[in-house]
Amino acid sequence: MKKICLTVIGLYIGLLAAFSQTVQDSSYQKRRLKIDEINLVSSYYHQNGDHAAVTGGIGSQKLTDLSNSLEVKLIRLDRQQRKQTWSVDIGLDHYTSASSDKIDPKTVTSASYADTRIYPSVSFSRENEKKGTEWGGGLSYSGEYDYTSIGANLHGSKKTANKMGEFTAKGQVYMDRISLIYPIELRDGNSTDPLKRGGDSRNSYSLALSWSQIVNQRLQVSFLLDLIQQQGYLSLPFNRVYFTDGTVHVERLPDSRFKIPIGFRANYFAGDRFIFRTYYRYYKDSWGLAAHTASLETSIKLSPFYSLSPFYRYYHQTAIDYFAPYMTHAPGKEFYSSNFDLSQFSSHFFGGGVRFSPPRGILGIQHLNSLELRYGHYTRSNSLHSNIVSVHLKWKG
Amino acid sequence: MIQKIVVGILLLTGLTSCQVVKEFQKNRLNDAEMVLGNRKVEKTELSFQSYREGAAGANAGKSGGGCGCN
Repeated sequence: MKKICLTVIGLYIGLLAAFSQTVQDSSYQKRRLKIDEINLVSSYYHQNGDHAAVTGGIGSQKLTDLSNSLEVKLIRLDRQQRKQTWSVDIGLDHYTSASSDKIDPKTVTSASYADTRIYPSVSFSRENEKKGTEWGGGLSYSGEYDYTSIGANLHGSKKTANKMGEFTAKGQVYMDRISLIYPIELRDGNSTDPLKRGGDSRNSYSLALSWSQIVNQRLQVSFLLDLIQQQGYLSLPFNRVYFTDGTVHVERLPDSRFKIPIGFRANYFAGDRFIFRTYYRYYKDSWGLAAHTASLETSIKLSPFYSLSPFYRYYHQTAIDYFAPYMTHAPGKEFYSSNFDLSQFSSHFFGGGVRFSPPRGILGIQHLNSLELRYGHYTRSNSLHSNIVSVHLKWKG
Repeated sequence: MIQKIVVGILLLTGLTSCQVVKEFQKNRLNDAEMVLGNRKVEKTELSFQSYREGAAGANAGKSGGGCGCN
């Protein structure tokens, strides 16, 4: 009997010890960083048109771009049970551009004909669910042959007491450096313009404010306001401008630009199968450009795990004050450009996407949470047209 | 001006009539396609639009940096 009692007590102590060990392991596990999700996004983009800025507003705008980005998101809970999120992102683009080849038309291929851009970034955020607050920051880098950009940002958000509304503020700074590569015929003292040498800087400062609001069980909206100031060398050194007197100059634009975009989003879940995603933006800047953007995307849920999403986006902008097409700029102006991206035009962007999120994972792999494919066709009223195909694969931990 | 005031009043009226939605009632709002922002698959689209068009910003994306030279 004594042996049985001792055995029972021993088993009880053993069980207690085993469970107490488990609890310790569990709380320890919670504080360790673990992979929350991994996102792989790949895109292929192709465009063509006949208003290349490098050749003064005429010539091929043929361009292809293969883009890949990989994001790894890690989470953990700290001692106060606040959620910490680390995100590490690396992007790699490879592009070819017919117009860049015209910087020096005598060469077979110029330095920028084909180039690779690499853009890593890291960000951190900490969310306090009880208080409804979140803050964080991030750093980014982007580098290609003639351009580098270093960015930093800080953000904070606060939910209302009933958690129906949320205010977010984000400050961003980008410090860019551009190598001054001029068209071949304007180098080495051949230009009448006082051209700079080496490189120059371009800095961007922005404050993005947003308010998002849950209206009811099916509708949520958000208001967005950005204040953006750019300073420095805002022209591109290899963009030619041809004047009415037959002379050619390098594009020249003011060294300061202030932009105010105001946006509104509304997402509505109708019935059990339809989601309407709407967006409108009004934009104005100090160079005289004003623009309207409106888009509608409808997600049709064929089942809880598969959906189709046709979309349409309309965009219209006025020209900047300094734009004129090929050989129409009058001599004597302080600023001038023949870049058709800054001209007056309307554009239409339409296409569709398909999203798979089966409960057992893509191809039966549990952690492969979702796969999304999307195609879009873009057409601009001044001859530019493009196609883009994107794929997003999500791994969920 | 009058139109703007009317729109403002309508928006304020709409927002002040918001319902309190409890966590267990948010299954539709929490759907992956209801997110109030850009989806990951749109990343490159937003990038080319910001290069090929004069306007940018107010879309919770990048509002500066990068060349967009080509």
